[in-house]
Amino acid sequence: MKKKNQTSATNKYWLLLLSILCVLLMVLSVFAEEIRGPLKGIASVTVIPMQKGINQIGIWIGDFSENFETLDQLKSENEKLQEQVEQLVVENSNLQEEKYELERLQALYKLDQNYADYPKVGARVIGKDSGNWFSTFTIDKGTNDGVKEGQNVLAGSGLVGIVTQAGPTWATVRSIIDDASNISGMALSTSDKCIVSGDLSLMSEGKLRFEQMENNDSEVEVGEQIVTSYISDKYLQGLLIGYISEVNIDANNLTRSGYITPVVDFKNLQEVLVITTTKGEITGTDKTE
Amino acid sequence: MKVVKIKRMLMTVFLILICYLLQCTVFPALALASIKPNLMIILTASFGFMRGSRTGMLVGFFSGLLIDIQFGNILGFYALIYMLIGYFNGLFQQMYFDEDIKFPLILIGISEFMYGLIIYFFMFMLRSEFNFPYYFMHIIVPELIYTMLITLGIYPLILFMNHKLEAEEKRSASKFV
Repeated sequence: MKKKNQTSATNKYWLLLLSILCVLLMVLSVFAEEIRGPLKGIASVTVIPMQKGINQIGIWIGDFSENFETLDQLKSENEKLQEQVEQLVVENSNLQEEKYELERLQALYKLDQNYADYPKVGARVIGKDSGNWFSTFTIDKGTNDGVKEGQNVLAGSGLVGIVTQAGPTWATVRSIIDDASNISGMALSTSDKCIVSGDLSLMSEGKLRFEQMENNDSEVEVGEQIVTSYISDKYLQGLLIGYISEVNIDANNLTRSGYITPVVDFKNLQEVLVITTTKGEITGTDKTE
Repeated sequence: MKVVKIKRMLMTVFLILICYLLQCTVFPALALASIKPNLMIILTASFGFMRGSRTGMLVGFFSGLLIDIQFGNILGFYALIYMLIGYFNGLFQQMYFDEDIKFPLILIGISEFMYGLIIYFFMFMLRSEFNFPYYFMHIIVPELIYTMLITLGIYPLILFMNHKLEAEEKRSASKFV
């Protein structure tokens, strides 16, 4: 019985010790980011390679099952794609024309910043958040490949999120549908600014909420494109977030709010593109921290 | 005696890693209505009531730390929660008999429920998101049910491993006496 009491007493000391350690870690990680450095290194030699391995197996299995798709399916798909290619060629030539015009006008206005060709690096999604409360994921590129905190992440044509942490061979991305995510966006055609925020209650539907869009004369309809705005200091300008699926005038009659359907399919995210310049580097406000 | 201890420790580390990897890579594919079960809770709680407070505490601490490093905003937050879950499950070691699956199931259920409440309180309510009924019905309860369902499959595996290691420990102990 005495021994029993002793062990439970030492257990309590252990509990106290580890709790203090945890609290210390929390305080330190708020005030000194550097503490994460060595731990990130540990993760990149232990867990990350294994996650990459499992991901490889997943891709291999996926390829294997895809090979069984029938030839007919592929043929009909090919036909459809051919049609689409023809359409796109026409569209492309139109756009080319407009692009030359744009360049000419930009030169005229001396707008030398070109937002279209950011340097990008491709990455694979290798892990998702372990819980159900947040929507973050890990990618297989890190500081060794030039990925840094604060860089924007795209998939296809749309914005996926922002890098919140970067280790040597991995980085964590917080997606825009995450509950803690807030972005300054704007309607593409009218340049009306709004705040686009993720919401856990909309996450399962894959939608976003936007708020505080000025209720002025400019018409904003369902289907309007929402892009990142020029006043955001975290997100580069003009990245497509999604299309408005519902718009309402708020009770105060001054602002409008509603819902956005993002262009990215967050459920089946496999490959992403990381833009390796940050807004801070472009605008030269990076040295504030 | 020493060899067995080291073997047990390696086995535990191996289990933590396997569970963590499954949780991050395979389980998102198993998600129903974008809810996935929480394997780390099952692991931490089972080690708690099978092996006592200290083991549960350590397993919880390292599981939580892994999550913190990769996905957490604040280092040590998940580590603290999982550690406490491990510790409190360890207090029930005396009442635990491994033939009966109901008791572990209830303990894991309670742990999962507390975990949900704590996360809601610290990560959502403090950001003034007061729609508790929504989060309760759409996140906490579905996760609880799904985790308990998965427990029915995973728990016998952990139990089996524990039995094997315990038998080995007994054998080596009787050798030395």
